[in-house]
Amino acid sequence: MGYRAVRFYQTGSFAVGNRLVGSEDRSVQSATRRNNSLSSGHRACQGCGEALGARYVLDAAMEATAGQMVAVNATGCLEVFSTPYPETSWRVPWLHSLFGNAPAVATGVAAAFKAKGRTDVRVVGQAGDGGTVDIGFGCLSGMFERNDDVLFVCYDNEAYMNTGVQRSSATPPAARTATTEAIGDALGNAFGQGKNLPLLAVAHEIPYVATATISELHDLEYKVHRAMTMRGARYLHVFVPCPLGWGSATHDTVRLARLAKETGLFPVFEAEHGEITGVAKIRRRLPVEDYLRLQGRYRHLFEPVARPDVVARIQQLADRNIRRFGLLDGDAENDGHGGACSSPDAARTGEPAP
Amino acid sequence: MARQLEGSRAVAETVARCRPEVVCAYPISPQTHIIERLSTLVGAGQLAPCEFLNVESEFAAMSVCIGASAAGARSYTATSSQGLLFMIEAVYNASGLGLPIVMTVANRAIGAPINIWNDHSDAMAVRDAGWVQLFAETNQEAADLHVQAFRLAEQLSLPVMVNMDGFVLTHAFEEVDVPAQEAVDSFLPRYEPRQVLDPAAPVSIGAMVGPEAFSEVRYLAHVKQLQALDAIEEIASEFASAFGRRSGGLVSSYRSEDARTVVVALGSVLGTIKDTVDELRASGQRVGVVGIGAFRPFPAAAVRHALERAERVVVVEKALAPGAGGILAHDLSTALSGLPLDVHCVIAGLGGRAITKASLLELLGDADAGQLESLRFLDLDRSLVQGELARMAAVRRSGPTAENVLRDAGVVAARLS
Ligand SMILES: Cc1ncc(C[n+]2csc(CCOP(=O)(O)OP(=O)(O)O)c2C)c(N)n1
Ligand code: SF4
Ligand SMILES: [Mg+2]
Repeated sequence: MGYRAVRFYQTGSFAVGNRLVGSEDRSVQSATRRNNSLSSGHRACQGCGEALGARYVLDAAMEATAGQMVAVNATGCLEVFSTPYPETSWRVPWLHSLFGNAPAVATGVAAAFKAKGRTDVRVVGQAGDGGTVDIGFGCLSGMFERNDDVLFVCYDNEAYMNTGVQRSSATPPAARTATTEAIGDALGNAFGQGKNLPLLAVAHEIPYVATATISELHDLEYKVHRAMTMRGARYLHVFVPCPLGWGSATHDTVRLARLAKETGLFPVFEAEHGEITGVAKIRRRLPVEDYLRLQGRYRHLFEPVARPDVVARIQQLADRNIRRFGLLDGDAENDGHGGACSSPDAARTGEPAP
Repeated sequence: MARQLEGSRAVAETVARCRPEVVCAYPISPQTHIIERLSTLVGAGQLAPCEFLNVESEFAAMSVCIGASAAGARSYTATSSQGLLFMIEAVYNASGLGLPIVMTVANRAIGAPINIWNDHSDAMAVRDAGWVQLFAETNQEAADLHVQAFRLAEQLSLPVMVNMDGFVLTHAFEEVDVPAQEAVDSFLPRYEPRQVLDPAAPVSIGAMVGPEAFSEVRYLAHVKQLQALDAIEEIASEFASAFGRRSGGLVSSYRSEDARTVVVALGSVLGTIKDTVDELRASGQRVGVVGIGAFRPFPAAAVRHALERAERVVVVEKALAPGAGGILAHDLSTALSGLPLDVHCVIAGLGGRAITKASLLELLGDADAGQLESLRFLDLDRSLVQGELARMAAVRRSGPTAENVLRDAGVVAARLS
């Protein structure tokens, strides 16, 4: 489904409701025929963003591939909570090998089906941010560079959650984790470190790179569909709040994902072959404080001593994203499906990828 | 038809005749010629359908094989030394998942100090990884073992590692009869996986297993290895009748029936040992040889049977467990426990040092005279060792050991004899 201007928004959420779009444009999630790729009964925490993200992504991918799909999973929360022996929540063929090798395992699955002439069977690899940005990065970069026919999905909850919330190189500045405590002079994770994997993926000039959040379902599903229309290496980076690791209320998971996008802290964009082709505009710009205040991992910025200076630095990061990706301008393009990316106009939307 | 071939090429061509569907590798000496040849065969369309993947590390190579094998494809890789260690997490994973991957290990020392020459440190470092480990004595056997390896792996859903001595075999040209395609086709049935990633029948593979079942799952891995003891022998016999020559099997004996002293070893050094034994036999000494063809599963019963009449067993092994001694000798001692014989361990050929007939003759002479220690390092240059020990005792900052020893040795290239 392509972009189309839809001018009705539900009040409050700013998301397009299914009721307001034609039946052909309704989300896969809202359909009774959805696959339920990650079925209920798993052991994720209440309000787990990763569980939502994985079901959204795999259901959309199953729809796009008419069920001819295999999923490969890295070690991490998603793997552990979905397959407590002897039960499994997966309603797709599913393989877990190790923490750091999911992209290569996915490559192997794709190679096997190719050798067997089964090009109809598609492969999705998935991992948390640690399994993608850190320990799996070598394998991921190799998979990108060879342009293997794999969609790799990172569920980014910004830390090593499965082992008890330690810092990963996707942990944002000032966030408290079990290894970046706000003690002494430290104010959580350091500024100026970490990896921006979506942009690193763009730099590999693979056919498709996109970021998405679990708050914008239509956009997320659209991107999965788009990815599945292509061959070669594709990368989808999904922002998935984690109530346990972030110290947030379980009912705020979707709200936090929306705030990450609306503050500019998490730029939602698409790129093809190394060029940014679309960005999801911010509908109503909000200060980062609205986002930070909902999370225990940033509490030290507000109490016992308020640190407006640190909050201001985080605001600068958001402002930089807004400038860099052109998240505010071009209102005319601002209304895709459910807050989807605007139509391609990378030249105008700011700096290209590094 | 026998041809003069490099060992690596013989192995590559044999692997190709086993029709792997996915071949994936990362280069490391002395494995390179094997994968280069396979890449050419795939590129030229002589091995099809097959996907050949150049990956960014050995860890990825084994991981690709894991994915491919789980998707039902016959999968192959090859490595050596540092490469085997780099992939070790995936090596364990492949056997834990019960995936019948076949891997050639062109055996090479492990650094530091970095050393590209042959010994068995790499294979020994993964001896408990749950793979079947076969060792080739000659290039003919190396080639033949690959046909048997695929058969064994797929029969038992267990990965199999074929070890061949780096350079000594991989780079040696000798006459090899590469198993013919039709013969391989009839020996090696189509791969029918026990478990497979299939959209038509979805399964989850690789679930978390807790204390409630982990021991049982591990025990089953042990059972499979024990089943391999029978299967290795059966497959070797079948191979012998199909191809007209004997290759593989658990153990091989040479002039050992009435031997008082039996030398036990793995791999290509068996050739030199047999020559030495022939010479000693000619002068009336009762010596013999037992070669271990399968190190994992360890053929304890077969070894015991082959050695029970000996008075003395001399294990010549190309690996060292620092702080403990021999590795093969240790397993062997366990297998021979209770028998009235002495087991001597001789560490030899580390990092490519040649194991010469002269040294072996001296060694066996000492053994015959009752002068062989329980642990000996063959051809060790004691003066080099003493020099470094003295230096370390004299000054705190004595510097890097390897460089000191090299300087004292006064040679730049590897000392081969
Ligand atoms: C080689 C290796 N190192 C460390 C671990 C421990 N480990 C398992 S899951 C995990 C964290 C996973 O973090 P992430 O990939 O971000 O996924 P999340 O649990 O946050 O969803 C770690 C460190 C491991 N299993 N394997
Ligand atoms: S720790 Fe976070 S990612 Fe893991 S299951 Fe709980 S909410 Fe989900
Ligand atoms: Mg994480």
